[in-house]
Amino acid sequence: MANKFDIQIRAEQGYAILETAGYLNDALGEQLSKEAQKLIEKGYTQLVINLDKTALINSIGISILIEIIEALEERSGTLNFCGLSATQERTFRMMAIAKYAGIFPDEKAAVANF
Amino acid sequence: MENIVLKDQVCLTIPMDRDMELVAAKTGSVLAELNHFNEEQTEEIQLAIIETCINAFEHSQSEDRTVIIKYIVKADELECKITDHGVGFTPEDQHNSIARRQEIHSEMRKRGWGLEITKTLMDEFDIESSENGTTVSFIKRMAS
Repeated sequence: MANKFDIQIRAEQGYAILETAGYLNDALGEQLSKEAQKLIEKGYTQLVINLDKTALINSIGISILIEIIEALEERSGTLNFCGLSATQERTFRMMAIAKYAGIFPDEKAAVANF
Repeated sequence: MENIVLKDQVCLTIPMDRDMELVAAKTGSVLAELNHFNEEQTEEIQLAIIETCINAFEHSQSEDRTVIIKYIVKADELECKITDHGVGFTPEDQHNSIARRQEIHSEMRKRGWGLEITKTLMDEFDIESSENGTTVSFIKRMAS
């Protein structure tokens, strides 16, 4: 059984948005990390990850998000999340991600807070 | 996969294969919805099941490579008992593992969150482990 997932990328002036769809496990996490790394190498250091279409996340997927935060910190960049469910936000806060990345309700707020 | 459905109990056996934790989580989600848990609580139940199954997949060293999930549905709560037939662990093993991870990483450590997340999201949480395997049990009560 293969978990179906997708990542849509929108590069804007000075920032980029990565929108995920599907179960955020190790497979989607690794794919997301690769895409984020490509953007960072192109000079995008302000990223938004929109999780609105990702209903389920596991802790392995979240651990890969931490690697993206660390990669951006090396370039003095910023990662903001949006579209999290209440449970996802609670889990992110438990894992201290909220101390190193922003959590916002939607893309507009995530972009406005770089 | 073998499924047993009793009046207030569902038993599911899943192989330790990629994404099989989703099968267990979706079953829990359906049972929670049928029992009128709200959306947030249903998601919490799914996440607890996912994390506990993944923990068994990664750490149990089970030879039969299966996880058994027993869902017990009561009037205002859902109980899950998740069992593997692996090598088990002691509370000391668990403590040492967490302590080691905390030395390596800061507060934003990457791994080792599974059971901690489950414990936080559920109302009751228990682990029984021996050299014959491990059962993680948790209960989610319906929000009043």
